[in-house]
Amino acid sequence: MAIEIEQPRVGLSKVAVSKTHGEDSPYFAGWKAYDENPYHETSNQSGVIQMGLAENQVSFDLLEKYLEEHSEASSWGKGAPGFRENALFQDYHGLKSFRQAMANFMEQIRGGRAKFDPDRIVLTAGATAANELLTFILADPGDALLIPTPYYPGFDRDLRWRTSVNIVPIHCDSSNNFQITPEAMEAAYQSAESMNLKVRGILITNPSNRLGATIQRSALEQILDFAVNKNIHLVSDEIYSGSTFSSSEFISIAEILETRGYKDAERVHIVYSLSKDLGLPGFRVGTIYSYNDQVVTTARRMSSFTLISSQTQHLLACMLSNKEFSENYIKTNRERLSKRYDMIIKGLKKAGIECLKGNAGLFCWMNLSPLLEKPTRESELALWKVILNEVKLNISPGSSCHCSEPGWFRVCFANMSEQTLEIALERIHKFMEQRKRN
Amino acid sequence: MRLIVPLQGVVQGRGGLIFGSLIPCALFYFLQLYLKRHRSPKPQSNPPSPTTSSPKLAEMTRTSSRSNLFSRSIGQVRISSRAISIAKPNESPYYIGLDKASEDPYDRLSNPDGVIQLGLSENRLCFDLIEKWMSENLGHSITGRDNGELNINGIATYQPFDGTMELKLAMAGFMSHIMGGAVTFEPSQMVLTAGATPAIETLCFCLADQGNAFLVPTPYYPGFDRDVKFRTGVELIPVHCRSTDNFALSITALDQAFNQTRKHGTKIRGILLSNPANPVGNLLSREMLYAILDFAREKNIHVISDEIFAGSMYGNEEFVSMAEVLDSEGFDKNRVHIVYGLSKDLSLPGFRVGVIYSFNENVLAAARKLTRFSSVSAPTQRLLVSMLSDARFIEEYIKTNKRRLQNMHALFVAGLKGLNIRCADSSAGLYCWADMSKLISSYSEKGELELWDKLLNVGKINVTPGSACHCIEPGWFRCCFTTLAEEDIPVVLERIRKAVENTTDLLNSS
Repeated sequence: MAIEIEQPRVGLSKVAVSKTHGEDSPYFAGWKAYDENPYHETSNQSGVIQMGLAENQVSFDLLEKYLEEHSEASSWGKGAPGFRENALFQDYHGLKSFRQAMANFMEQIRGGRAKFDPDRIVLTAGATAANELLTFILADPGDALLIPTPYYPGFDRDLRWRTSVNIVPIHCDSSNNFQITPEAMEAAYQSAESMNLKVRGILITNPSNRLGATIQRSALEQILDFAVNKNIHLVSDEIYSGSTFSSSEFISIAEILETRGYKDAERVHIVYSLSKDLGLPGFRVGTIYSYNDQVVTTARRMSSFTLISSQTQHLLACMLSNKEFSENYIKTNRERLSKRYDMIIKGLKKAGIECLKGNAGLFCWMNLSPLLEKPTRESELALWKVILNEVKLNISPGSSCHCSEPGWFRVCFANMSEQTLEIALERIHKFMEQRKRN
Repeated sequence: MRLIVPLQGVVQGRGGLIFGSLIPCALFYFLQLYLKRHRSPKPQSNPPSPTTSSPKLAEMTRTSSRSNLFSRSIGQVRISSRAISIAKPNESPYYIGLDKASEDPYDRLSNPDGVIQLGLSENRLCFDLIEKWMSENLGHSITGRDNGELNINGIATYQPFDGTMELKLAMAGFMSHIMGGAVTFEPSQMVLTAGATPAIETLCFCLADQGNAFLVPTPYYPGFDRDVKFRTGVELIPVHCRSTDNFALSITALDQAFNQTRKHGTKIRGILLSNPANPVGNLLSREMLYAILDFAREKNIHVISDEIFAGSMYGNEEFVSMAEVLDSEGFDKNRVHIVYGLSKDLSLPGFRVGVIYSFNENVLAAARKLTRFSSVSAPTQRLLVSMLSDARFIEEYIKTNKRRLQNMHALFVAGLKGLNIRCADSSAGLYCWADMSKLISSYSEKGELELWDKLLNVGKINVTPGSACHCIEPGWFRCCFTTLAEEDIPVVLERIRKAVENTTDLLNSS
């Protein structure tokens, strides 16, 4: 009888077997529940409504109208002139026309209050790649970035997985509407030091992803001062900047720098993307805007791993450099998001639920702490499971985004039709009524 | 008021001469400091432009780059050590030549004295076919029409990061077709990436830890140094191949390199191959593929087979994919991973479409999650599904491409032969591997780089020197001929002739 010698298993890397991708976390059960039983307006009215995905679907008609009227954007014109150069174009500088269009678009969003130089724009296939790239550039393995809580859970994966960089949270709470304070920043810094981690930067998301609110001017000044004081970098992820309900309420770090004459600018880097404001996450378009020459050069070279398709660059260059389109889009998108926000806030209020006062984003930050049995993470998860399995809504619990206070949930409202939002609100209303009776 | 008092003290004789001189000096100093601190900021409406841009960076001298880096260290915010090495000016002739050629590109009509680009393996021979397809089909391909209604929803929203099933199916079909139908590819074993560059890097992240190494036969594609090493911290150990056996890989050489590296304490995790080879253009025989797989099994390491030129065959030899060999024999498939892309065979490098094809479920699971950092853009996926599913077009394209490739290769190699420059035997790729060792002044890397420089700056042609590809024998150059039209070939040959005018061997054409 032949003896079967088992072949040694060929090994994989630490990165490959690591759990840093976070997909084993309990809150992925929500996604699973949605995938298995997705709500549909006609064919599956009792399915799970997805309110955990921050996708902007309210302004597709504007995009479709533009594409319908401008075939040259998607076809390089009759006979396809320019196609050859475009198909061959793999220069990591990116199409000049596209960078110019992005710079203009970013300026328009900020009401012209800040200027952007197209030569400082580095293109990446999505903001996810932009954030990871900056982390590779600003920090070494074992170093740390400070991030205010609650924060986008994706950061745990995107900023740490392949880079081996750590995240130390800056704790914020409802006592002051979750604003970032100098005391909280200092505490986080000290905490990192006590763990022997070298802090290399602070990363803020403005408008905040979880809170749905912009960071106030005074806080931005304090954050920049803190970065200068500690001689660290400041990354400002502004991917929701075009989703502020009113143009004047968003203050970009670029404006703060402008008023300071760009002193200390070489430590500041802005991340932007078209996934939220333009509702085009499938296109994979992200940018790094850095005031630091070395970072621009390095980021550009590293972007070889994450270039944007030249076809997409061409299409978007045409679309975004059309002033009529971009101005109308920004204005209309804001109005529609604002309307949605009002709708959900009113609906939740009627059901007896309060939210943090928000002014931006595709979601609201809902306070269900009065419903918790105990002010603990376990109670919050239990409540979340009930909402998922009985009310059939997938919302994001605060514990999945490092919120220090249990009971808060992020609820997305822009990835569905108004009718679906109504249904979701009805379900919440019914749920709250039931609880009152019990 | 406060300023006057100390002076009064001095004037009235209190404090003496020392204070009389110290205090005004101190006051003067503090006044200057005050003015400096409170100077009103320059009313700037534009952020300062970057001081250097990449092409110029390549020309920065060593000394200036050094001082630039260190002068920023005190009080300036620092970047990571990983970044510092990437930020350094790129001194590789591969990149310097590419930059020079793109700054002053040759055009037969508008810029006949420009630099002819023979350093970038791009295929321009069949663009007319693709352009024709685009103009006939594009209206429906980009955004898709749902019952005649334009519907962006299908491509705007989040797609699976590792590519849509439609595109995977289309790619599987295409790959199978170009490899002569000898292999069937399973879409479920495919992960799509934004180009072959991230495909290689992603595999390295999955198969090796920082400090580990891959064995790679030389000469190799200069881009591997970036793809493998930039961010992963993984090393490349060269396994030298020689012209005496037409740069064929030998298992003995692999084994030697493996043992030597292990002695130094570095763990080898796999072998990185390109088949068809870049820059030589030769193929790995079926027997060699078996031998490599045996070796990999014995050492318990991975094999990455970059087959991006599989569809760029011009020779009569048969291309055998690693996948084909695995299908037929009882090898452990878990250690084999294939890389592919559309940049070469379909001439679409700008569209960023690459493939990781693996038999290892764990690698696929990890790679899928990592594609969030480098996904294929949705409109491009939609366009390519359309193009790749057009069986008639693909059939015509592949046939015509092969024919034109064969023609250009034959003309170019014959032309070089006329200058007494022979090329290595090759069957595929967009380039030939030319032996110009008789034309270099000293049989060394220095001599080779001098010739490269002459060809670039005097001859105005950009070719890739063997040293940039880690070739152990000096004097070999990679010349890509697929960016040329037939009429350009005599121009190239004339320029080479002019550049090496004083070298006697050139004139002694046998």
